[in-house]
Amino acid sequence: MRFETKPVPDATPAVRAVGVGKTFGTRKRAVEAVTAVDLEIAAGEFVSLIGPSGCGKSTLMRLFADLDSPTSGTLEVFGKSAKAARLDQEYGIAFQQAGLLPWRTVVQNIALPLELHGVSYAERAERAEQLADLVGLTDFRNHRPDQLSGGMQQRVAIARSLAEKPRLLLMDEPFGALDEMTRERMQGELARIVARTGAAVVFVTHSIPEAVFLSDRVVVMSPRPGRITAEIEVPFGKDRAELLRESPEFFAKVTEVREALHGAPVERANER
Amino acid sequence: MSTGAERTLRILMPVLVGVLLLAAWWALSANQGRVVLVPTPAMVGEQLVMYPELILKATGVTALNALVGLGLGAVLAIVLAGVAAWLRIVDWMVAPVVAAVAVVPIVALTPILNTMFGASSQFGRQLVAALAAFVPIFINVLRGLRQAKPVQRDLFASLAASGGQTFSKLTLPTALPYLFTGLTIASSLAVISALVAEYFGGPANGLGTAIATYAKSGKVSLAWAHVVAAIVLGLVFFLVTVLIERIVTRRIPVGAAR
Repeated sequence: MRFETKPVPDATPAVRAVGVGKTFGTRKRAVEAVTAVDLEIAAGEFVSLIGPSGCGKSTLMRLFADLDSPTSGTLEVFGKSAKAARLDQEYGIAFQQAGLLPWRTVVQNIALPLELHGVSYAERAERAEQLADLVGLTDFRNHRPDQLSGGMQQRVAIARSLAEKPRLLLMDEPFGALDEMTRERMQGELARIVARTGAAVVFVTHSIPEAVFLSDRVVVMSPRPGRITAEIEVPFGKDRAELLRESPEFFAKVTEVREALHGAPVERANER
Repeated sequence: MSTGAERTLRILMPVLVGVLLLAAWWALSANQGRVVLVPTPAMVGEQLVMYPELILKATGVTALNALVGLGLGAVLAIVLAGVAAWLRIVDWMVAPVVAAVAVVPIVALTPILNTMFGASSQFGRQLVAALAAFVPIFINVLRGLRQAKPVQRDLFASLAASGGQTFSKLTLPTALPYLFTGLTIASSLAVISALVAEYFGGPANGLGTAIATYAKSGKVSLAWAHVVAAIVLGLVFFLVTVLIERIVTRRIPVGAAR
């Protein structure tokens, strides 16, 4: 089966942000959600944005997706403006809520992006079947969202985000509403899917183990105002087995990210 | 309780209530003196059998008035709700007018409209039915058009969907059940309003006119026969709306969005 992404013309970074900031509201009651973010995400790189609530990680992802516009700085997605990238459908997106259309079946939901972009019925039916298979929902292809569990709905949303074979996946806490067991299984599936598609991923989360397990790089953010405070490389390669979660290197990375989040060694944070 | 027994009971119970009501009516009407205030069911039934054409003709007039009114009110309500959902400013402009229309007493408006459009025109009556049908449809459709969730709107934006695509594939299907809620309420209202409007002038036909005329001229049983026809007409309107809703929502099932 073909799950390759659109061809990369050259080594253009998937995302390039220079001094990006976003202020909500007017002068008097302005809230600085994100400030002075410099970030470059290479094609095919898996980057997690992690931080406490209100640190602007979701806002930053919405800027990448052109669902909001930055108030300062320059932002490029595959060398274009974020708006041009959105109109050219350079990215696929999955939100914290699955956001499925309840009157559509699983395959109809997966095929929605293709339908909106005028892909022929036969072609999108074939693609939707492939994607349903990829996320393990072949047996549920004609079910409607309210007949599915939360984890299954999220898998439909992920399959839908892959429909246009994007070179960039934007994911805003897609497993946030799931229980721990489902969550770990979904992480494994996502790692497998991403390895097969070779897409770059921006993954917003507030789970440290999740970020470490999935990412090539963890970007730590801090609130008031939202900014990047640390970047941690996670050199575990692309093929990650479940056993990684129990290895000492994994724990060491988790600790490193945790300390970066707290801004100090964890022991001292606990003594307070 | 097994589902089969439950289904039987669900059909049996309303029938039982109907039979009890009929019995109560009979008991009430059978032991009157020489002046018949309440005709017995048999007397009303007799009238229905004796004058089917008369009753059917009156019912037809009222049905047409109610149907034209319902259609007019529905189209106006859907278009206005669509514009109000699209442009906030229109919503602000229309909201007080709708609130005013909602509290306009039909009884007060009817004689004026009947005079306006003349004694030979049914349009005054149809307009009354339209006004009554407009309010619940407008309110429900406007609410329905706003039910698409932010995450779904974000999704359509991220997919670079056009305004038309977002409307036809997200906003409209989300609003459909609300439209049918409005239509179901409005269908019965249209019949009632058309009938009430016929009491107050206009052409000398329709169920309202017939009931008023026969009740005043001592043909109480015939008046009641027309009341029965009015009830049946209201039920037919209601059931047809529900049937259309069933057909449409079976093709586009609506569950809880997640």
